[in-house]
Amino acid sequence: MAKGSRRTLYDKVWESHTVDILPTGQTQLFVGLHLIHEITTAPAFDMLREKGFDVAFPERTFATVDHIVPTDMRTRPFLDSQAEELIQALEKNVSEFGIEFFGLDSDKQGIVHVIGPQLGLTQPGMTLACGDSHTSTHGAFGTLAFGIGTSQVRDVLATQTLAMDKLKVRRINVNGALSQGVYAKDVILNIIRRLGVAGGKGFAYEYGGAVVEKMSMEERMTICNMSIEGGALVGYVNPDATTFEFLKGREFVPKGEGFDRAVAYWRSVTSDPDARYDDVVNMDGAKVEPTVTWGINPGQAVGISEKLPLPEEFSDPEGAKKAYEHMGWRPGSAILGTPINVAFVGSCTNSRLSDLRAAAKIAKGKKVHPGIRALVVPGSAGVKALAEKEGLDKIFLEAGFEWRAAGCSMCLAMNPDKLQGREICASSSNRNFVGRQGSPGGRTILMSPAMVAAAAVNGKIVDVREYS
Amino acid sequence: MGQVAKITQVSGRAISVRGNDIDTDRIIPARYLKESTFSRMGEYPFYDERFDAAGKPKPHPFNDPKYQGASIFFVNKNFGCGSSREHAPQALFRFGIHAIVGESFAAIFASNCVMMGVPTVTVASSEIKELMKVAESDPQIIFAVDLQAKTLSYAGRKIPFDIPDSHRSALITGSWDSTSMLRANLDKVKKVAAQLPYMTGFRG
Repeated sequence: MAKGSRRTLYDKVWESHTVDILPTGQTQLFVGLHLIHEITTAPAFDMLREKGFDVAFPERTFATVDHIVPTDMRTRPFLDSQAEELIQALEKNVSEFGIEFFGLDSDKQGIVHVIGPQLGLTQPGMTLACGDSHTSTHGAFGTLAFGIGTSQVRDVLATQTLAMDKLKVRRINVNGALSQGVYAKDVILNIIRRLGVAGGKGFAYEYGGAVVEKMSMEERMTICNMSIEGGALVGYVNPDATTFEFLKGREFVPKGEGFDRAVAYWRSVTSDPDARYDDVVNMDGAKVEPTVTWGINPGQAVGISEKLPLPEEFSDPEGAKKAYEHMGWRPGSAILGTPINVAFVGSCTNSRLSDLRAAAKIAKGKKVHPGIRALVVPGSAGVKALAEKEGLDKIFLEAGFEWRAAGCSMCLAMNPDKLQGREICASSSNRNFVGRQGSPGGRTILMSPAMVAAAAVNGKIVDVREYS
Repeated sequence: MGQVAKITQVSGRAISVRGNDIDTDRIIPARYLKESTFSRMGEYPFYDERFDAAGKPKPHPFNDPKYQGASIFFVNKNFGCGSSREHAPQALFRFGIHAIVGESFAAIFASNCVMMGVPTVTVASSEIKELMKVAESDPQIIFAVDLQAKTLSYAGRKIPFDIPDSHRSALITGSWDSTSMLRANLDKVKKVAAQLPYMTGFRG
């Protein structure tokens, strides 16, 4: 493609970060920011030692702990000796290789995808990699952010680059306006439902249109976060005044004239008005309802007023039947009114301040339904402090929710927060895979934080529009 | 580590797991990611589908003695979706899987595989159906994945497959373990870094 014309943000950032074309035909791409956590990195550091390599740009890697950390009892050593061993491995690795670390006691600790933006580490026009599939979250800033595996973490540590194939770009316009009670989570669940869990394979998703342009940074992060659930490795939004306003004054963002120069650069990377896309999809925001998943992947979702679909309506009826078998519902019935056992507000998808506010607004003055375990887990120590400053913790505690410390918690069953047996969980997380929340028979229903709070106080799945 | 092996062909008996959208949480439950090395991952592939809560084996191809020793793995669509955990391909590889043939693969899973020297190749839906049938009816049949010719051969039959050019090239030239190749360019890397405004703190 001709330089300087009709380029997307993806094209521009890809080009400015290209180091070389490798003999395999792949591009060697510079990685501007590398975020690491305790789970996918220990073998990568071992491989470095084995090969005798140092970390090429230690000042461009930042570490924290999120996946394994308990969100209640945080005293060391952890009761779980494996968790303790992993955190010790990370502590040893960051100190040996000179990497800045936001550890358990740091006020900057938190879910890696929450703290990057919160600290202003994540910036437009940057490439970013992290050994976690939800790295696409950072795309909300106009960052090309890639979820990578452990061998790739090793490559980034050793070279600050990755060998990658260029993706196509699909523009997704969410037009019109959302109605009251409908959130970013509902939008992305509908995008995945429509395009499929594998529909984004080979694509970067560029989100735009009136709905996305109007969204806050936190809402855009929710959308970009789940790009990978639609099969797209990368999702992004072009940076704009909302982005710059969010970043201004944050710790790792330049100040004064440096900020002005940064904004000029950030503006320069946005997609050209006449940018060429490989595909364009239009959606009507007004048609999006509060949405919940009914099956075992995030594409198996319905609007709250809809009936559950028949397996024959799908291109893969066997897959739908398997989902029904696991979940135990009947096709054609309603998901509205389904009783729940557990409610979880948290995860890198929905654990930021605006998410907690939305849940607190529903919970205020109400009580968690008897017999239901309800958890609110802020995404970072920073989010927790801000929420407490405005009294959200008290609202949740008075309503009977547990108010926890920051971590991935019940999203993924690597820490003590897990489902038991066949429990049904109303969850603001990102994956309803079989066994995802820690019990092979457990059942996850994904939804927005407001919907989770409404389910918690009613003891069943309800339509949040009737409660807000 | 010295030279990286060139991988031009993988052959062996085959094992199948049916179903679209098999995610990496199913391939390896998250609790096994708490181990700090990959060394024991070969014990865990599909663990919660292969064993009940008491650890008693359930019927599953990976438990079935007739498929033990298989090195070619047949799967359906969007295999390996979800979490980026390299533990998933590590678990399959250490179990003995050296090539995966499917209808399609999730992006991060496929790139993790190639970086371990495990080809993920795609064939049409009708072909995978036939391949699974053949392997299930005669688990002794040898399948050969030829990366040079981009063909899969068995029992006198030869079918073409697809693989991304970059994956194929990395495997057959022995550059799939990419660190050394990338590291050889460190001078160029530093030059590119110096051009990026955020790398110099946006100093005018």
